[in-house]
Amino acid sequence: MRFLSLAGRRLAAALPALVIILAGLFLLLQLAPGDTVDALVAQMGGGDASMIEALRRHYALDQSTSVRLGDYLWRLIHLDLGHSAIYGKPVAEVIVDRLPATLLLMGSALALAFAAGMGLGIIAARRVNRWPDTLISTLGLIFYATPSFWFGLMGIFVFAIYLGWLPAGGFGSIGSGLTGFARVLDIAYYLILPTLTLALIFLATYLRIMRASMLEVATLDFVRTARAKGLSDNTVVVRHILRNALLPMVTLIGLQAGTMLGGSVVVESVFSLPGLGRLAYESVMQRDLNTLLGVVFVSALLVITINFIVDLLYARLDPRISSGH
Amino acid sequence: MKLTRRELLLSTGALAASALFPPLLYAQQGAKTPAPRKGGILNVHLGSEQRILNPSLRASTGVYIVTSKIIESLVDLDANGKVVPVLATSWNASKDGKTVTFKLREGVTWHDGKPFTSADVQYNALELWKKHLNFGTALQRNLEAVDTPDKYTAVFRYSRPIPTELLLRGLADLGYVVPRHVFEGTNVLENPANTAPIGTGPYKFVQYERGQFIIAERNPKYWRKDQPYLDRIVWRIITDKSAATAAIETGQLQLSAYSQLTLADLDRLKKNPEFVVTSKGLEANQFNNTLEFNFRRKEIADVRVRRAIAHSINAQFFIDNFLYGQGKPATGPIPSTSTAFYPTDSKQPYPYDKKRAEALLDEAGYKRGAGGIRFNLKLVVIPNGEDVPLLGTFIQQSLAEVGIKVDIATYDYAGALSAVYKEHNFDIATGWHQYRGDPAVSTTVWFRSGSPAGSPWTNQYGWQSDKVDKLIDDAASEVNPVKRKALYAEFVREVNDQLPIHFVTQREFYSVFSKKLQNSHNTSRWPSSDWSDAWLQA
Repeated sequence: MRFLSLAGRRLAAALPALVIILAGLFLLLQLAPGDTVDALVAQMGGGDASMIEALRRHYALDQSTSVRLGDYLWRLIHLDLGHSAIYGKPVAEVIVDRLPATLLLMGSALALAFAAGMGLGIIAARRVNRWPDTLISTLGLIFYATPSFWFGLMGIFVFAIYLGWLPAGGFGSIGSGLTGFARVLDIAYYLILPTLTLALIFLATYLRIMRASMLEVATLDFVRTARAKGLSDNTVVVRHILRNALLPMVTLIGLQAGTMLGGSVVVESVFSLPGLGRLAYESVMQRDLNTLLGVVFVSALLVITINFIVDLLYARLDPRISSGH
Repeated sequence: MKLTRRELLLSTGALAASALFPPLLYAQQGAKTPAPRKGGILNVHLGSEQRILNPSLRASTGVYIVTSKIIESLVDLDANGKVVPVLATSWNASKDGKTVTFKLREGVTWHDGKPFTSADVQYNALELWKKHLNFGTALQRNLEAVDTPDKYTAVFRYSRPIPTELLLRGLADLGYVVPRHVFEGTNVLENPANTAPIGTGPYKFVQYERGQFIIAERNPKYWRKDQPYLDRIVWRIITDKSAATAAIETGQLQLSAYSQLTLADLDRLKKNPEFVVTSKGLEANQFNNTLEFNFRRKEIADVRVRRAIAHSINAQFFIDNFLYGQGKPATGPIPSTSTAFYPTDSKQPYPYDKKRAEALLDEAGYKRGAGGIRFNLKLVVIPNGEDVPLLGTFIQQSLAEVGIKVDIATYDYAGALSAVYKEHNFDIATGWHQYRGDPAVSTTVWFRSGSPAGSPWTNQYGWQSDKVDKLIDDAASEVNPVKRKALYAEFVREVNDQLPIHFVTQREFYSVFSKKLQNSHNTSRWPSSDWSDAWLQA
């Protein structure tokens, strides 16, 4: 019950922000030169005036901006995201088609970045200013500074073209008819390179935060007490330092969820994955307002959910937070 | 064994022949291709996702590359660009050029089992091509009725004479037929068959996963006996050009047509022995890099300024250094490969000549002012391809040398088209002109006055010439091919002289394909043809 009321309050607090984002984006896109019919005619390579006019009527673009905005918000209240101009079917269906790839990619990249970042951060902190620390920190810096499309393309070049170990792109073998566990393995095989590419950038951040936070916690009084009690070095690190050092890491997950959705646009394009990021990019290029707003809506919900989970995790890690202090 | 005299003579004759003509025999052996193999999956690159897969509603190469295997046109073009029968078996036009009668192929069935008849053609022509199909609306503007005296005859009746070769060449692209019984009485733009196409073609539609792939499989009841050879065709949607190259190199794709890879990768793959990089088989689609002028700017309205700008761009240098040698300087709006219309005495009207450019600008009264600048221009780049922004900066630098300062405005595709063709918010613009086999289909619309604002690639330049308008209208209804060619020659002369648009280069599209793919690129619009005879080596 407490959980539900907390969730409800969270959602209620996020609603005004959501409406402002959607209405703002709607108006912002009116300022972009060209509409979805212009984009369509561009793709077709031209067309005459009567046909263009008929298409505008078809997409209801002959109505005024305020009427269309009103329509959109009214439909949104009924939880109807509208019709996609590019795909010719309801936006909700289009998004549901694309969600699995994005969630899988995001989830696995986040898990990998978090786990590896934590591990490397701990090693770096325990060997601070010695060669493992220097090596790990330098690597982290390189990962952080390199653009993800370059990582992706180099990964394809080395592992797909040169070595031939991994596929160059796609989301599972086409028309293989695999089911069950075989299909899971197949998709996992296709996701190795994209996950690594997306994770490497975020790994660097986690590593730096973990290292700094470990070093900071290690100087606190309770650690000295633990050591004075005669606990072994490993026990001190795992039971006392780690748990406290994890708080900023968890905060970072919440903060980075949004960034990761953005970063996946590049990775999805390079690896031809059918995800939300590419959908958003295509809807901008094609001026498909309904789809774009739908993607923003779902992404916002996703970020809100992740932050909610992060809040619950806080309480678990640090009981003082949930007791209201 | 006893040889008769006759046998002996015959065999010595054969020996003599082989001694006399060894290269001939060798050539015949070399040309002898192995028998086509049935089976295999052809994986094809699709660089951008299409909204609908219906070539009788949308004319573009992105639609054809998928749908022309599933849906067939009345006619197609052969390797020399000659019109050949597909669903129409023969045709003839009345003397006055107002009536064209098509005999249709008998015994053809739609993928859903219903027979293909003249009623289908009638419906497509009047309801789809004339009302919705881009370029089709212009081609069929004067179509009044389609009579169907029997199930296999369709008579097209026009209010004005239409040149037969214009109609037929146009129909190769704009004559795809979809089933009447599926579309009639529905909202054609939202018909489910637009994304799950039904046709008469050699391949049947199977599945379309948005953002990932499209699959079609062999049609066992296809009217060409024993064809097609391939089991399946899979189109993979890969929007990133470098990723598509990687997919080609790893063997995930066997074909990428219509120059959908980067210029650098096309050049690099030429050296790879596993692939063929060619423009053969894509001759029917030519394109130009263009420079459009906005006559609403007073400087541009002076023809000497336009000529000076044309003189100051070194097209050959651009082609050699930016396009990896793909293309040649253009001589006007009609490309040299379009032999039916290309004026044989053509030459580059404004070759690179910086001194002449400076003299023309001085003569027009625009002397170099402070900092050596004569005046400023806003250049809008219409990003049809990766080469357009490159040409944009090349124009900027070229014009800086003659004292014109150019500011480049960058938009995305839809934004740039809307800036130029709807809002007229440009001084000069650069993009592509795509030539579709006949000037009346694709090209004269760039020059004819009267198009309302908002129609891309039409005359929105604030320029109008009664003479050119009349030439365009006369040529569009001139049924005598010799007279028609002469009219277009005069049209080219006139627009080259007035220069409302400067055609900088003339270029072809390129395909990359695996050497395992056989019987490919054997017609002049092969990526948009039916692929019924294509096969893959094991």
